[in-house]
Amino acid sequence: MHADPKGVLTGVHFLDGDHACCEGLLAAGARFSAGYPITPSTEVVERFASRIPTVGGVFIQMEDELAASIAIQGAVWGGAKAFTVTSGPGFSLMMEHIGYAAMTETPCVFVDVQRGGPSTGLPTLPAQADMMQAKWGSHGDYGIIALCPNSPQESFDLAITAFNLAEEFRVPVMIMLDECVGHMTEKVVIPEADQIEVTPRRYTKKAPGEFRLFEPQADQVPDMVRAGEGYRFHVTGLTHDERGYPSMNLETQDRFVRRLQDKVKPLANGRAICETEDLDDAEVVVVSYGITSRVAQRAIQLARARGIKVGKFRIISAWPFPEQRIRELAGRVKAFVVPELNLGQMALEVQRAAAGKANVTPVTHAGGSVHNPEAILKAIEESVR
Amino acid sequence: MNEMTLEIPIEIPADSHNPVEPFLRMERMPHIWCPGCGIGTTVNCFTRALLESKADLDKVAVVSGIGCTGRVAGYARLDSFHTTHGRALPFATGLKLANPELQVVVYSGDGDLFAIGGNHFIHAARRNMDLKVICVNNLTYAMTGGQTAPTTPGQVISATAPYGVFEPSFNLVALAEAAGASYVARWTTYHVKQLARSMNEVLNKKGFCFIEVLSPCPTLYQRRNKMGDGLDAMKFYKQVSKIRNGAPTSECAISKAGEIVVGKFVDRDRPDYLELLKAQMSESLGDRYAEPHCVSEDGGCCEGEGGSVCNG
Amino acid sequence: MAKGFVAITVERCKGCGFCVEFCPTHVLALSSAYNSKGYHPPNVVSAEKCSGCDLCGMYCPDFAIYGARYAR
Repeated sequence: MHADPKGVLTGVHFLDGDHACCEGLLAAGARFSAGYPITPSTEVVERFASRIPTVGGVFIQMEDELAASIAIQGAVWGGAKAFTVTSGPGFSLMMEHIGYAAMTETPCVFVDVQRGGPSTGLPTLPAQADMMQAKWGSHGDYGIIALCPNSPQESFDLAITAFNLAEEFRVPVMIMLDECVGHMTEKVVIPEADQIEVTPRRYTKKAPGEFRLFEPQADQVPDMVRAGEGYRFHVTGLTHDERGYPSMNLETQDRFVRRLQDKVKPLANGRAICETEDLDDAEVVVVSYGITSRVAQRAIQLARARGIKVGKFRIISAWPFPEQRIRELAGRVKAFVVPELNLGQMALEVQRAAAGKANVTPVTHAGGSVHNPEAILKAIEESVR
Repeated sequence: MNEMTLEIPIEIPADSHNPVEPFLRMERMPHIWCPGCGIGTTVNCFTRALLESKADLDKVAVVSGIGCTGRVAGYARLDSFHTTHGRALPFATGLKLANPELQVVVYSGDGDLFAIGGNHFIHAARRNMDLKVICVNNLTYAMTGGQTAPTTPGQVISATAPYGVFEPSFNLVALAEAAGASYVARWTTYHVKQLARSMNEVLNKKGFCFIEVLSPCPTLYQRRNKMGDGLDAMKFYKQVSKIRNGAPTSECAISKAGEIVVGKFVDRDRPDYLELLKAQMSESLGDRYAEPHCVSEDGGCCEGEGGSVCNG
Repeated sequence: MAKGFVAITVERCKGCGFCVEFCPTHVLALSSAYNSKGYHPPNVVSAEKCSGCDLCGMYCPDFAIYGARYAR
């Protein structure tokens, strides 16, 4: 299905990541957003507030992130495509409702423009320290999808991908920007609406009596519904059966919770989204994402100039972690170098997937700025020594 | 025994049924509420109000939080949502704004709406969001075992105040009025007719409407405070309630054993959130303003005013 | 002949006593019999006084009783 032209600002623009992300969300068909101001994410919803009244939708600034993160879910069940936007402290506040979205299989998008933490941290400076939180931040076992853009253009593109995946898998999707990508201004090309593929919400074709809101189809994903159509459905965060009724027993819990994780597994395997270069003869692979991948690119250039066989693996879908690709690489490379703007988060996943078959060298950074390419270069050189 | 032995035989017409049953997910009966709990009584009143208002039941949505009253959503045979503790109102806000054709009723308890949910309550009221809030106030956190709630009156024994509550407690109707609600009423589960009438009124009124219903919690509140059972609570309500329609809400505080002022206190007409939104946008943007159309056939494409072309 | 009737779903009753107490014409009384859960359901003791007002139905928290007018 193609995008609705009303939300597509076709043209060549000069935008920062926050603004480009907003345009991507609009192009994807988002017509409802609830937000709360928090640096460095606020521009996303400020732009949405300014654009949506001429596109046709609603923005409401809620009283806090707890409200914003669930207002969007009410809107989804009312039939809208909805998202919210935040940064670290707000992301923490939203965790209960991310779990609620996962449990109720509510398709929606959460944008986290990461900043220095923990706590109030460095409100105006970049970090990538919410990565583990994106997957594990809420209580219990559940699956989510997380995407990491590394440019304003990608902030636009991945916003559309995020909504498409949310609808396909009936799951909350996180877009993990960082302050640098969010506030850097670059060329963003927005195509014509009919060049943009949008995944429609998979509304059920069954009649109200027959439809079961939590009955998975062949792909382990149930069909959707919206309020007001006579389905008289029920949504609860309690462990529930295929009808959506509370069913708090071991058998239902096992069946249901495992499916929440299993349904997104394709992204851990063949559907992983990544960008790779020079892997064929690589002895060391630099695994990075977001703004760090831009810095890593420079380090990789320098390393190759010195004759090191270094490959690039840029993570775009960080959760589910692309473990199949990393595991396969671990079998034939000596080492992975994992630079991140944190003290080692996705590096842990690389280590896990590598299962000891290759060394993993994190290049940590407490946040506040980007790496010096020399630091990454040094790690590359040491890993092949 | 499985059948009634009646002293005098009663003829029951074959086509009669309990008027509440079409509104319930009967496959989930019996419900979990205790003997003498008043929540079921409020559901009867709500059913009568829905019937009286001739609401299109396909367009009525019930949103609850967590707690004993929160379980109402699960039993109502309507589009219903059992959300997170304290957050029924923001969920309901999103639901209503996405599809304003829905009649969105928030049905939740005192702890859920006014402790953890307090912030959301005052903002929803401030915005005059077109939501109908039914707050069953049993003066405690019943589901979790009878802990102190912001509504628990002084001197009451609770699970977390074993030596007696000493904190001042909320006057919910005053709070609702101060926050900006367009309709504020209080009844008890003894006042079934008046409650059903109030519920019918709010179903026909636009704006943020609030009905507080005092209801017994026999298992925890009544028992811990040696106040008898549910029936004793009902007799207590009958005895100490005074109907004072239009009374100043500031004079309607609730205490452990004192008078309970019931009635309709506020009924005013103010533009609701969506009316305000549209008025502001129309004035600022003129022709450029596109009326909100959040819902689309497939969640991706809007066939809205102006006719968009979607290939797919 | 009474104006109305009550219908009781015995197995749902939890013996709270609301219907007995608040029936305006005292049609009901708690019986000494038990249902399978051990509760005493109401018994109709004065059927001829029933007006079918359905106050019992509105009060019952367990949806175990309702009243209605006979159609004339």
